[in-house]
Amino acid sequence: MIGPVLATRPDAELDSGSVLPDLRKPPITKLQLVKYAGASGDYNLIHTDDKTARTVGLEGVIAHGMLSMAFLGEYLCWLAGPESVRRLAVRFVAMVRPGDTLTCRGRVKERSTNDAVRRLRLEVWTENQRAERVTVGEAEVDIK
Amino acid sequence: MDHPPALSSDLIGRESDVVLFEVERGAIRKFADAVQDQTPACVRGDIAPPTFPTTFRMTIPGLTFDLARVLHGAQEYRYERPIRAGDLLRCRVRVADVYRRHGSLGEMTFLILAMEGTDESGGPVFTGTTTAILR
Repeated sequence: MIGPVLATRPDAELDSGSVLPDLRKPPITKLQLVKYAGASGDYNLIHTDDKTARTVGLEGVIAHGMLSMAFLGEYLCWLAGPESVRRLAVRFVAMVRPGDTLTCRGRVKERSTNDAVRRLRLEVWTENQRAERVTVGEAEVDIK
Repeated sequence: MDHPPALSSDLIGRESDVVLFEVERGAIRKFADAVQDQTPACVRGDIAPPTFPTTFRMTIPGLTFDLARVLHGAQEYRYERPIRAGDLLRCRVRVADVYRRHGSLGEMTFLILAMEGTDESGGPVFTGTTTAILR
């Protein structure tokens, strides 16, 4: 995986509606949720302890919504480079469980150019292995 | 189990202390590892992944709720520049709004938190907006 993948694309391939390449993430594991809890400081036990998750009516632990958002953050870095991310806004619309495999996808909503920097407004989302969107949002990145 | 009292709109405007966070290379690497983020600059720990500000945790006096009853509804970050290892960021979070809505799950309380981070000279680095839904 070498980015930024959009940097060398001509304008014609970044028009409104252009579909962006996918970034498929490895399946989510319980170990990953424990690591993410530690790395992020979100120790809500519904993400790491099945018993706690069941006491609030879940079948078992669910992934942190912010983990799915972090995947989209990586997606933007891959597309545009980590210095070019200007905005990421998401809504968490469905639960993600261990074993789910998320893919980051997107398309261009709008392109504007200013001083040789192209700013792209993107529609981005993560979807699971059943093609259900679990995190949906919008982003802005700059492409030199 | 006792539940804390429902959140009231009296909380609007209440804010945390300003907290100074030092962005450590090891913390960036640990975060990137947990996410399996393969961005080279993040793997090296040079640049923080975009959602790294979630690690800047602060408390707002008087704001308490039962974690098990909270849903994270939405999150936004805006960046003036990337966050880098070695950054010293002054961060603060405040209650931007509290309101109730009737939804499919009954009455829910929406809590909007606004976070900002500036560099040592006061220049803006990032802002964040969290929408939490309490059932």
